[in-house]
Amino acid sequence: MSAHAAAATRLVYNDPGWIDTVAAWLLALLWILPLVYAVWTAFHPTEFSTRFVLFAPLTLDNFSRAWAAAPFARYFLNTTLLVTMILACQLVLSTLAAYAFARYEFFGKKLLFALVLVQLMVMPDILLVENYKTMARLGLVDTLLAIGLPYFASAFAIFLLRQTFMGIPKELVEAARVEGASAMQVLWRVYVPLARPVYTAFALVSVSFHWNNFLWPLIITNSVSARPLTVGLQVFSSTDQGIDWSIITAATLMSSAPLLVAFLLFQRQFVQSFMRAGIK
Amino acid sequence: MQARQAAHAYLLLLPAFVLLVAFTHYPAVASLIDSFYSTPKGARPAVWVGLDNYQQMVGDPVFWKAATNNLWFALATIPCSIGLALVMALWVNERIAGRGFLRMAYFTPTVLPMVAVANIWLFFYTPGYGLLEQITGWFGLPSQNWLGDQRTALGAVTVVAVWKEAGFFMIFYLAALQSLNPSLREAAAIEGASRWYFFRRVQWPLLMPTTLFVMVNAVINAVRMVDHIVVLTRGGPDNASTLLLFHLYEVGFRYWDTGYAAALTMVLLAVLATVALVQFFVLDRKVHYQ
Repeated sequence: MSAHAAAATRLVYNDPGWIDTVAAWLLALLWILPLVYAVWTAFHPTEFSTRFVLFAPLTLDNFSRAWAAAPFARYFLNTTLLVTMILACQLVLSTLAAYAFARYEFFGKKLLFALVLVQLMVMPDILLVENYKTMARLGLVDTLLAIGLPYFASAFAIFLLRQTFMGIPKELVEAARVEGASAMQVLWRVYVPLARPVYTAFALVSVSFHWNNFLWPLIITNSVSARPLTVGLQVFSSTDQGIDWSIITAATLMSSAPLLVAFLLFQRQFVQSFMRAGIK
Repeated sequence: MQARQAAHAYLLLLPAFVLLVAFTHYPAVASLIDSFYSTPKGARPAVWVGLDNYQQMVGDPVFWKAATNNLWFALATIPCSIGLALVMALWVNERIAGRGFLRMAYFTPTVLPMVAVANIWLFFYTPGYGLLEQITGWFGLPSQNWLGDQRTALGAVTVVAVWKEAGFFMIFYLAALQSLNPSLREAAAIEGASRWYFFRRVQWPLLMPTTLFVMVNAVINAVRMVDHIVVLTRGGPDNASTLLLFHLYEVGFRYWDTGYAAALTMVLLAVLATVALVQFFVLDRKVHYQ
C-alpha cells in the first residue's frame, strides 16, 4: 500500500467527524446515566436522593442499612454457590458431549445433535410450569439444586466446544495415541488445554447469565435459604422498603457490584469472551 | 471395534442427554399433552378436555392484549436495539476520541442484572421527583406518570429493553467489523467512495450473517425478557404492559391454572419453532455471500 493510499484511507474513513464524536458521547452518557444516578443516590443521605448539589455529603450509611435490613450475606452465598455449581456441571457435561460429537462416529449422531440444538431455541425459561411440576415430584422445590438443574446441560456450551474440538488437528491426537494415551487422556491432555480460551469465554458468559437470572429462581424458591441475590433484591425492594430509594439503590448496587467490578477490571476479557461466544 | 466406539460415544453423551431430555424435551411434550387436559383441583384429577384450554385462550382478552403488546414490543425492540448496536459498533470500531470509555459505557447494561437496573429505572420514571420528571420539569412540561399511564407503560418498558440489549448486540457487530479485510477499506478510499456508500455497499452486505445471528437472538429475547415487567409494572396498568411470558407466569403461578398455562406455553413454543424454521430454511440460504 502506498503512502498516498494510507493517507487517503485515514482521511476518508478513520477519523470520525466531530458530529460522530459528539453523538457517540451523548449516547454513551445516556447509557450510563441510570448507573450514575444510582451511584449518586446510594452514596448520599436520603434528603439528597433527588437533589443534585455538588458538595452534598457522602455517606456509606445506605449500604449498612440495606445490609442490615435483609439477609444479603445469605443471598450472596446462595448466588455464589449456584453460579459455581452450574458452571462446574456445564463444563463437565458439555466437554464430554462435545467430545463425542467431534471425534466419534455412531448411529444417530445427526439426530442427537439436532436434539441438542433444540435447547438453543427452547430455553428452560419458557418451560416453567412443567419444570416446576418435575421439581415438585423430585421434592426439590425451594433448593439451590432446583434452580440449577435445568441449566446443567447447556446446548450452547456443547455447540461451542464441538466447533472448537473439530478445529483441533488430528495429527496432535494421533501423536498422543501413538504414545499410548487412552481416549479420555487425549481429551484431558490435548483437547481441553487447547480449548482453554473458549472455556474462559463460556465461563464468563455463563456466570453473568446465571448471576442475573431471575424468573425461574423467583418461581422455584420461597425462602431465604435458597433465594439468590436477584430474587432477594426484588423481595426486598418491593415489600420491605416502601419507597426509600437510597436504601434500594444501595442494595441494587451491592448486588450488581461483583459483576460490575469484575467487568471494569477485566473489560477486555469480557468483551472478547462475549465476541468469541457469539461467532459461530 | 466400531461397536465399542459407538458405545463409548453414547456413554459420553448420556449425562448431558438425561438432563436435556428431562428439562427441555420432556417438558415441551408434556406441555402439549397437558394442554388437552383440565387443571387438577384438590381430589379431582385432570380430565381430557380436548381443545377447551385453547378455546379459553381465544376468549381471554388478557391473552390477546399480551399477544398484541408482545408484537409491538418485538417490533420496537428488535429494529431499535439492532440499529443502535450497529451505530455503536461503527463508532467504536474507528479511532474515535475516548473509545475505551464509549465501549465500556455501551456494554455496561449487559453485565448488570435486569432486576437491579429495572429498580433504577423505576426510580427514573417515578412521578413527581424521578429524574425524568425533573428533566421534563426544567422544560416546563406537565407531569407524567410514565409507568402508571396506559398509553406510556408499554413504551417505557420497551425503552428499558432496548437500553439493556443494544450494547450486547454491539459486541457481535464489533467482532464482525474487526474481522473484515482492511484492504476493502483501502480500495474504497482509493476509489473515493463516500463513507455512506462504503457502508451500504461493502460493510452492510458483509455484516449480513451477523445481522441474522443478532436478529434471531433479538426475537428470542423479545419472547423471553420479562424480568423488567415484574419489577416495573407487573403487567399493568390494566394489562397495558403485559407480555406473553408474563401472562403465562401469572396464569401458572398466581392462579395455578396449569392446564391453561400449558396451552399458553404451546403458543410460545410455536413462536420459537417458527423463528427456528425461518432461520434454518429461509434466512440461512440467503445471507451467504461467498
